[in-house]
Amino acid sequence: MDGISLNLFLGVGALLFVCGVLCMTTKRNAIGVLMGVELVLNGANINLVAFSKYGTLGLDGQIMSLFVIVLAAAEAAVALAIVLSFYNNHRTVDVDQASELNG
Amino acid sequence: MGAFLFYLYAIIACGAAIAVVLNQNVVRMAFWLVVSLSSVSFLFFMLDADFVGATQLLIYVGGTVVLLIFGVMLTSSGPYKTIKSSPAELVQSCIIGLAFLALISSTVFSVDWEANERRLAEFEHEAAHIHDHEHGVGHADHHHREDHSVAYGYNAEKEGNTTRSLGTALLGVRFDKDLGTTGHHGEAKLSTGYLLPFEIVSVHLLVVLIGAAYLARAKRRVEIQDA
Amino acid sequence: MNSFLLATTIENWIEGGSIWPLDLIFSLAPAGVWAAIIHTALVGAFFGLPAGVLIWAERKVAGRIQDRLGPTRVGGRFGWLQTLADGAKLIQKEDLAPDAADKMLFRLAPYIVVVSSFAAFMFLPFSEGLVAVAMDAGLFIALAVLSIEVLGIVLAGYASGSKWSLFGGMREAAQMVSYEVPLGITAVIPVVVAGSLNLGEIAQIQSGGIQNWIIFHNPFTFFAFFVFFTVTLASNKRAPFDLAEAESELVGGFHTEYSGMRWSFFFLAEYASMFFVSALGAILFLGGWWTGVPVFESLFESIAGTLAWILGGTLSLLGVSASSDYLAICFGRMIGMTVLLAKAGLLVVVQIWIRWTLPRLRIEQVMTTCLKYLVPMSCFLFLGTVLWPLVLMTALGRTSLVDWDSVGERVPIPQQTVVAPVKPDTEAADEEAENISDELNDDSVTQLDVVSANAVSGGSE
Repeated sequence: MDGISLNLFLGVGALLFVCGVLCMTTKRNAIGVLMGVELVLNGANINLVAFSKYGTLGLDGQIMSLFVIVLAAAEAAVALAIVLSFYNNHRTVDVDQASELNG
Repeated sequence: MGAFLFYLYAIIACGAAIAVVLNQNVVRMAFWLVVSLSSVSFLFFMLDADFVGATQLLIYVGGTVVLLIFGVMLTSSGPYKTIKSSPAELVQSCIIGLAFLALISSTVFSVDWEANERRLAEFEHEAAHIHDHEHGVGHADHHHREDHSVAYGYNAEKEGNTTRSLGTALLGVRFDKDLGTTGHHGEAKLSTGYLLPFEIVSVHLLVVLIGAAYLARAKRRVEIQDA
Repeated sequence: MNSFLLATTIENWIEGGSIWPLDLIFSLAPAGVWAAIIHTALVGAFFGLPAGVLIWAERKVAGRIQDRLGPTRVGGRFGWLQTLADGAKLIQKEDLAPDAADKMLFRLAPYIVVVSSFAAFMFLPFSEGLVAVAMDAGLFIALAVLSIEVLGIVLAGYASGSKWSLFGGMREAAQMVSYEVPLGITAVIPVVVAGSLNLGEIAQIQSGGIQNWIIFHNPFTFFAFFVFFTVTLASNKRAPFDLAEAESELVGGFHTEYSGMRWSFFFLAEYASMFFVSALGAILFLGGWWTGVPVFESLFESIAGTLAWILGGTLSLLGVSASSDYLAICFGRMIGMTVLLAKAGLLVVVQIWIRWTLPRLRIEQVMTTCLKYLVPMSCFLFLGTVLWPLVLMTALGRTSLVDWDSVGERVPIPQQTVVAPVKPDTEAADEEAENISDELNDDSVTQLDVVSANAVSGGSE
């Protein structure tokens, strides 16, 4: 691990984060949006674990990332249930079709 | 070796994340997501976070993504159906994304983490020195002990075996912080653990379990036939 | 103890200079690379060979159960080489991809399956210290890696562009996501008993008599083993849970469209992971590499000693110096590995036996079995295992029912290293304990140190 600085890990995290945000904004498929959320959370996780190693955060960073992973799984389950419910009502998973509340 | 592996996994993780954005087919997106998430878990292993890496593999790759693909199968109305975004949207989002990336990375790289790290290391060194002084345990003894624990075939915590410390931290006890450190007046110092967040997350998971099952339950409705 | 045998130290061994003919080769590349190559080769052998043997065993057992002979011609009387002949045939076959398939995913899916199943072997200790990657989270990460296999199967089912495959893939996804839950819970039960996620430590505390095996630790662990075994059947898609490839309904299930080597990759992975979960079951519940009969253990020890003496003598005649103690440890561990392989093989034969005995369940029966029976059962057994020592402690004042050495009192010393690293030998441990109590006298140290010091001196006496 010689020659690898914290910055490189943060860079990877930033790239994953941006990819996730782009995924969330450009995908029209609801499940694609979910994948974007997963990427964003992973980008954040890399930062937490990297700080846990390079900083004085100690194990706290790892524990935080564990919580993030668990909450991401919970989020995915609920969001998928919502997507299934939406599909049952509209026969599609295109989020642009979810415009009933526009009035 | 370490640097090579880092660059390998970092490039795979980033490339696969970009592929997720650029692909239009949901299952291919899921595949690239798996590649990206697995590489991230390897990065975790490199960061001495074995348990987090394993959790990442088990929950994300083995659980969440399978769930997503399952969702795709349940909701796709034709083979390999893709819902495309228009090229204009893609170009717009690319520009915004690059700007965003430039913003974040310029922020990240402008901080001098190394100086920060050195300062913190000095602080820690002082703390360790005080501790050794108080207990009359020399540095030589420390090294001696560590050597023995490695030679016995079980990895020391610094090599990523953080499972035990993580577990006790989640139960509210911080061996990794408290052991061998004392406060200013020689009293035992106790850090706070993560028992309460752990309990909250457990209850949250239960609520999510019930909620998801309720939301996704099969509703027998008439209008499905004419839809 | 020589460092060569220890888990993650092949690299150190190579760096520290090895015996004459080898060090020339080792100087060609960094030690880490050589260590990686050696580990991969060894793990690959244990991934491929059992799979080959088990495919033959499946044919033979199936034949016997159906009152046939099974393969008899290839490679002598018992058809030993049947698997090899199959392999040769499959390599020659054309590698087809259907028009309707998503070509990239279709081609990649078998690799995901085979790689995840192979990677799981990295964390499996074959004997004391004979493990490619020794981690404190060994069991957890092995299960994590193994769970990626599902993904390959689901992708294969989806990417084939065929209804049969899609149904197979969906069934597999539903089944696996459900069966991960009881698998995780039952795998944690031995962890609760042993107090460690490290597979090496879990096996190590089961040394001595058969009463020390975790399966006989308490009534709950006894039933937990059978739940675990059932769940591993399902997680390997073995009959009666082989819904993903149900031949009578789905033609071939997720592998309907596959041919040649890609098809055989699925089966290689299936048999390898059958062997893997059986070895895991043997380590978690059935005493790992210990025979459970102390007489045998001492017999094996003397056999290993004799072999080491003979080999050491031969080597010293040839001018190579080798410590016979060191060779004795080598042979002892080899024998331990044989014991583990025998146990795992036995469990695999039971799996095969079940496959050819029980009819296949329907998909909703599979899900009912998991969600309505196995999950509550495993939760109950887990709770029981946690409460058992507490109840015994209150009722009898000790943690085991019969007055044998209880498991908790034989926790190996290195387990304490996380709390306070200590020297492995008794003298050192005592010294350490004195040290710590000295510290206690002149300064206030947390209570933990005292506890660990007591545990260490208790454990090493």
